[in-house]
Amino acid sequence: MRKLTWFNTTALTLGFAFLYLPMVILVVYSFNASKLVTVWGGFSTRWYGELMRNEAFLDAAWVTVKVAVMSSTLATVLGTMAAYVLVRAGRFAGLTLFSGMIYAPLVMPEVITGLSLLLLFIGIGMDRGVMTIVLAHTTFAMCYVSVVVSSRLVSFDRSLEEAALDLGCTPFEAFRLVTLPIIAPAVISGWLLAFTLSLDDLVIASFTAGPSATTLPIKIFSAVRLGVSPEINALSTIMIGIVTVGVISASLISKRSMLRQSAEERAADRT
Amino acid sequence: MSRSLNLGLLTIVIALAAYAVLTLVTSTWSISTLAWVQGRAALALLAAIVLLALVPRARRERIFALSLVAVPYYWLLALFLVPFLIVVKISLSDTALAIPPYTPELDLREGWAGVKEFFGGLDFENFEFLTSDDLYWKAYLSSLKIAAVSTFLTLLVGYPIAYGMAKAPEHWRPTLLMLVILPFWTSFLIRVYSWMGILSTEGYLNQLLLATGIIGEPLTILNTNVAVYIGIVYTYLPFMILPIYSSLERLDGSLLEAAEDLGCSRISAFWLVTFPLSKAGVIAGSFLVFIPTLGEFVIPSLLGGSKTLMIGKVLWEEFFNNRDWPVASAVAVILLLLLIVPIILFQRNEQKQREAEG
Repeated sequence: MRKLTWFNTTALTLGFAFLYLPMVILVVYSFNASKLVTVWGGFSTRWYGELMRNEAFLDAAWVTVKVAVMSSTLATVLGTMAAYVLVRAGRFAGLTLFSGMIYAPLVMPEVITGLSLLLLFIGIGMDRGVMTIVLAHTTFAMCYVSVVVSSRLVSFDRSLEEAALDLGCTPFEAFRLVTLPIIAPAVISGWLLAFTLSLDDLVIASFTAGPSATTLPIKIFSAVRLGVSPEINALSTIMIGIVTVGVISASLISKRSMLRQSAEERAADRT
Repeated sequence: MSRSLNLGLLTIVIALAAYAVLTLVTSTWSISTLAWVQGRAALALLAAIVLLALVPRARRERIFALSLVAVPYYWLLALFLVPFLIVVKISLSDTALAIPPYTPELDLREGWAGVKEFFGGLDFENFEFLTSDDLYWKAYLSSLKIAAVSTFLTLLVGYPIAYGMAKAPEHWRPTLLMLVILPFWTSFLIRVYSWMGILSTEGYLNQLLLATGIIGEPLTILNTNVAVYIGIVYTYLPFMILPIYSSLERLDGSLLEAAEDLGCSRISAFWLVTFPLSKAGVIAGSFLVFIPTLGEFVIPSLLGGSKTLMIGKVLWEEFFNNRDWPVASAVAVILLLLLIVPIILFQRNEQKQREAEG
């Protein structure tokens, strides 16, 4: 194994400094006592207190979580179904259109997705609110889920399913008892992806949210348009903290389950 | 024969169920007609259940299998394709001082005459307007330029990082990979926002440069195109690093040794061997940055200034500030036409990649 050359070490150090420094600065200055955001005025958790008392932000956070849970769950169900069809159904009339509709939202600019959904909701006379954001988020997130799940389905050994069918399972039982447990990690990461996409989304939510529902990104965007604000720094720190803990624990869990699976496979090979 | 029959039956069942759900959902905001709506929804649901119960068990299995296709299919048709067709239609309509603010509207009650009148009312006026007002084509050009330049900059920044990662000891790589992916999970908005405090006139960067005496007076970076470039490079960097890293990681090290044995210097070995072999990753990464950047809205509106012209921002303002739906729709249609070329090229590259591995 070759050691790192000085070039590679500098590239990695500078690169990761560039990736992480802005967020570190944000976190550090969220504990700034001064109202002037860029001038350090001593350590304080004042802005976290202010944030907790800000009803508008708390309401928006609640709406955002509600939307994210509903849309990511729906998107996971629909996306897994779509992935199953894409990988397993073979050719059928309309397959090209179907896979086109799965991949197109991935590259569609958000402004267009948002605009088109808004025009639809207005066209059918649907009042805008939580429901319309959920529908919008489900639609674009299910495509991401189906990409994640279908990549797992492709590498999946089909004969396991066939064995279950031969042993008298109905197709649905075979799916539930054999396929689902094997693709479960992909389904879970699809759900997580859909969840974060929904939490994150500003543009599509701005188009499809009516005056009755405001999500956190919409709130943050309108607050920071005018400049940096200490409350938003505190809010960002909380969000960065949640994501960091979540990603690290998810990767630890998946590592453990991978180890367990390979141990089981080895045990199965021996018998 | 039975397959088409099943599909027809399924369509009816789904239509009835969808109708039931929709009427129930919409009933929550039209209270006056609540009882009537609920009655109809209940009837539709009942009809759907009866229809399902009537078919024999074997066929029911088949129907469930088909609904696996049908549910996501109809969902995407209704919430992706139809909305997009509406955008195309409205882009051909005229602005009107009405609700909704465009004409013509399709009036099916007038039968064939209504349809004829509807199509007669469509024209390309909005697209002609886009070519006559130089704001729009300047915005398209400037978006293309910003997307191209920032893709190149992202490549310059991302390639050395990906290279360093691929050359790092094997037991480090999972951690490095996670460190690249982690920012992707954090809010995009927050990552863009974090640069506002750094780049502003009294921001951290200016403070640092002033304190060290490198500059005499603060630089104006925020609200210029420079800030937009920095923001794009920063937020899209993982999309560039990951594909390049995965193509570099697969690279056979013995090829490099062979090149060096044959008298190549390390630098020429890089340009003659490593870089060409990582080309697929470079191309994939570049498209993954270029395509979303073209329609970007958040970065130019937070970091860019009044002089930063990007088409995503123009569309947003046309819709929300000017309330000109037909022009906003026309802007969207053209943006999509612009995107088709890079998207097709990207697909080709991916396909070639798959075949090469296949």
